[in-house]
Amino acid sequence: MIKKEILEHRTIGEILKDYPFTDSFFKNNGLEIAGAESLNWASYFESIDEEEREDRALEPDQLISQLAEFINQMLEFLDEGQQVHSLTILPGTDKSGQPEGFDEFVVRTGEVISIVGPTGSGKSRLLGDIEWVARKDTPTGREILINDDVPDTSWRFSGAKKLVAQLSQNMNFVMDLSVEEFVELHAESRMVENRGEVVKRIIDEANDLAGEQFKPDTPITSLSGGQSRALMIADTAFLSQSPIILIDEIENAGIDRKRALELLIRQEKIVLMATHDPVLALSGDRRIVIKNGGIAKIIETTEEERSILSHLEELDRTLLSYRTRLRQGESLID
Amino acid sequence: MNLVTISGPPSSGKTSVILKTIDSLKARGLKVGVAKFDCLYTDDDKLYEKAGIPVQKGLSGALCPDHYFVSNIEEVTQWGLKEGLDVLISESAGLCNRCSPYIKDIKAVCVIDNLSGINTPKKIGPMLKSADIVVITKGDIVSQAEREVFASRVNMVNPSAVIMNINGLTGQGSYELSTLLHDGEDDLKTLVGKKLRFSMPSALCSYCLGETRIGESYQMGNVRKMNLPSGLDAEKRQGSQ
Repeated sequence: MIKKEILEHRTIGEILKDYPFTDSFFKNNGLEIAGAESLNWASYFESIDEEEREDRALEPDQLISQLAEFINQMLEFLDEGQQVHSLTILPGTDKSGQPEGFDEFVVRTGEVISIVGPTGSGKSRLLGDIEWVARKDTPTGREILINDDVPDTSWRFSGAKKLVAQLSQNMNFVMDLSVEEFVELHAESRMVENRGEVVKRIIDEANDLAGEQFKPDTPITSLSGGQSRALMIADTAFLSQSPIILIDEIENAGIDRKRALELLIRQEKIVLMATHDPVLALSGDRRIVIKNGGIAKIIETTEEERSILSHLEELDRTLLSYRTRLRQGESLID
Repeated sequence: MNLVTISGPPSSGKTSVILKTIDSLKARGLKVGVAKFDCLYTDDDKLYEKAGIPVQKGLSGALCPDHYFVSNIEEVTQWGLKEGLDVLISESAGLCNRCSPYIKDIKAVCVIDNLSGINTPKKIGPMLKSADIVVITKGDIVSQAEREVFASRVNMVNPSAVIMNINGLTGQGSYELSTLLHDGEDDLKTLVGKKLRFSMPSALCSYCLGETRIGESYQMGNVRKMNLPSGLDAEKRQGSQ
């Protein structure tokens, strides 16, 4: 933990040398530091005239506290010792106050869990409990453990680290950037080191998942639905800081869903998937059944169920091949 | 009573977030009221009334909205006390991005939305940078990557804030926000003597006082000129006419 009193005695140059990532802090706060490396905090602000300081609402004391906070967050973020290996849900109650139908639910990285239940049954609340790392202090009274332990509250309050990444059906890209620029920007915000390599890998993987190919210089806003989903999944797999991924139904069009899941699992993510598609649901190891705001039961995917899977997948493939033929302008009859 | 000041750019989702959050506060048996500050027009007060929430509205009209806010917030606080509120929420739009109506020792929340563009956090002044809690809305319509980039930009300009994603339509995340807004220990009786976290932009020029004519000879008081390429200053232009 670095304190602001220590930073006050360092020059801007020293701060930059010790913590290279502070460069982005200065940039985003509109502080021009080129040529000011030899100045310490107080003399740096004295070099800016008072009128300009007031115009731009710069408050040296507040800024140095923010800088110290930022450095501490980044140090913690860069510390690899913080890996999440498992997530545990301890039961609470449903909307009627009835205890939930399980004792303890542990999910480990690389597992896929399906979540099923009608709309409004409490899926969002479950997600909310996980994201907020509930400590019996949410309406359900559930408790969430990380790595078998009560997690520290920084998961709750830190802006830079969130437990859950969400991929949902109706999301769009809204930025005016090419695919490459966009992934690059995300990589930059994550302080990734071998950026060029990661960006290329993500675009390649996304192209692998998507039915139709796209180029690095394609504008993200002109990607098709399938291509967008493929890019979102590949990007999340490699660049999201969140160890848990919630997928809200992957539409069966323009994307290889099975490979998408495999990609996330390979990246050591915990995958929770809200779906009513039997093929996807059966690809999960277990499924959570939600009713009336609570988890009614947890079903283990059995061998018997899996035996239907190959049949369902066959149907799925057949349907997909018809879709492809339709798209390519072919006749549907051989 | 607890006072919470909530502000954010127009149409960022303040009212939706507040309405959903009040649901959670009410569920805990707390009495909540709202003071809505706006500039020219608002009918958000009707939304609050419809939800059975005591509400007062103030339109600043021709005055600077944030100056108007500070001039009225003590009276509004007294109204809240008289109503017997546990939590009073003030809602105001930060219109010039430089102002911030936040008060020292009073909880300050800034609401901004994912659609406003990733450079927006850089452009907003103390309203964002000195908030205790930053609520980011409209996450349901952008990609996960854009949400992460946006949140990291917010974090860069305000690392000490709690950053929360709230969906104003479904209310997802509003329960969590509600737990941060009420502190049973807090018992505000008056704001007199308290201070703003940041001074507001100063201005007093002839246009503040109703001048409508354009031209240097009509400009008096606190006037500042842009830095334009030389040869464009007013006198020369007039001379060449």
